[in-house]
Amino acid sequence: MNRDDFPLLKQDIIYLDNSATSLKPQTVIDKMNDYYTNYSANAHRGDYDLSFKVDKEYEETRELVKNFINAQHLEEIIFTSGATESLNMIINGFFANYLEANDEVLITTSEHASNILPWFNLVSELGIKVKYIPLDSNYYVTLDNVKKSITPHTKVISIAGITNVIGDIRPIKEITKLAHENNIFVVIDGAQMVPHVPIDVTDNDIDFLAFSGHKMLGPTGIGVLYGKIELLEHLKPQKLGGGMNESFDSPEEVYLKPLPTRLEAGTPNIAGVIGLGEAIKYLNNLGFAKISSQEHALRKYLLDKLLPLKHIDIINIESDSAIIAFNVNNIFSQDVAYYLNKYNICVRAGNHCAKILKSSVGVTNTVRISLYFYNTFEEIDNLVELLSDYDKIVKEMI
Amino acid sequence: MDENTKREIIMENYTHPTNRKRVDNPNYFKINTNNASCIDNLDIYIKFNHNIIEDIAFEGEACAISISATSIMINNLIGKTKDEALTYIHEFYHMTEGEEYNEELLKEGNAYSNIYKQGNRKTCATLPFRGLEKAILEQNK
Ligand SMILES: Cc1ncc(COP(=O)(O)O)c(C=O)c1O
Repeated sequence: MNRDDFPLLKQDIIYLDNSATSLKPQTVIDKMNDYYTNYSANAHRGDYDLSFKVDKEYEETRELVKNFINAQHLEEIIFTSGATESLNMIINGFFANYLEANDEVLITTSEHASNILPWFNLVSELGIKVKYIPLDSNYYVTLDNVKKSITPHTKVISIAGITNVIGDIRPIKEITKLAHENNIFVVIDGAQMVPHVPIDVTDNDIDFLAFSGHKMLGPTGIGVLYGKIELLEHLKPQKLGGGMNESFDSPEEVYLKPLPTRLEAGTPNIAGVIGLGEAIKYLNNLGFAKISSQEHALRKYLLDKLLPLKHIDIINIESDSAIIAFNVNNIFSQDVAYYLNKYNICVRAGNHCAKILKSSVGVTNTVRISLYFYNTFEEIDNLVELLSDYDKIVKEMI
Repeated sequence: MDENTKREIIMENYTHPTNRKRVDNPNYFKINTNNASCIDNLDIYIKFNHNIIEDIAFEGEACAISISATSIMINNLIGKTKDEALTYIHEFYHMTEGEEYNEELLKEGNAYSNIYKQGNRKTCATLPFRGLEKAILEQNK
């Protein structure tokens, strides 16, 4: 649905790599062009009309984001370059100062590198411990397994809301409730979740949330860090510079601005912020009810067609979102991707930055199809036709 | 070399690669070679005897192009001197860049003579050669 809104779809391309990044609607592109063409002044700086308009658009996006995730305060919305930067800020700016040796952080083996490596870094720097919540036979996180993983040393649970290989939705509300009863903070990596399902940080009582604009119809290079205001007050800025300081006369007398500006040093990605605002408007207009029902219908359609194919091994038959990861018997995932590429079908092959998931799933690499609402049943028919013919894959993969 | 022959060479070397095995012998030099942009990841084991490459084996996961190219490299470079191997490797690079190269020298390596047209597969074909080149240069230090 809504295919006419996406200029890239006018090309003869079947785009099935939406977990990597989504396509951009014309409205987002136009909005950013409008900024560069008609009012490309700096933000927070000028005393003239153009700059005033920049500030207004910029802060309107903050308001849009706040309402989109149902945060309580505008100061809780920090613009970053993406989920990766948001997670690094949370971990290095807040938790590096809070955690001590032998404190435990719970993650899972299906996390993205950006929610693993910054924690690994604290293992070597602070002597904290990273532990894994076991996954069940469908690679899901169950509340029971979270319960069993908590020890008196557990201080943080840091997990994706939806993972990027399996596509399972984690029971966030139950997890935060359990965590908070045990004085544990909860960090949610929302990179795959925010584009696909509504997320309410207040109702779910989430302490920190990270997500990227480019996976939700917005531009690259923009993301969001949400944190409860009382926690963000203690997040030490990792970047110091213009825009974020109140005054500085000497090293002893540096005064920083209040939130959120304090955490947005330097000239921000203004076009990115404004483009993100337009993407959120687009998602709001369409509504998650429609997005979800289309995604589920597409996934079910694809799954039903792939399941009878004996040479295809689906890793995540169970999944709550629009991702299917699979392998073709005895064919390396990259060769499958190259084969499909010959027919202008874009899929991702590899470990999808979840390098330690292999210890749970037992396969290193997969072909990943990730759908979004603008994909169609005809596209799936085309894909399945190409995948049904094993001999053709072998013949044409090189 | 016609397209069918190229195909056959690649498929034969992919399905039955030479010396795909783990080597636990301290006389072998081990080097890892991988593609940052994709998931090909091979360990190559080389036995040097002074200037001569006495043996090469490999293990790991990679696509059909990388595996077959490794097998072809092994078939053509065992028994060669380091300098002969480097010459072969450089001619192979010239071919994959679409430049002039010594066709006769590369033998089965010509199976990849069109790969320069497929930017994203070029790095697959050169993967084992980059590994061997690095190993030779390290040995020569
Ligand atoms: C689950 C998950 N977390 C984090 C990220 C990182 O997002 P970005 O690269 O936009 O910072 C991704 C991107 O693939 C992801 O899928």
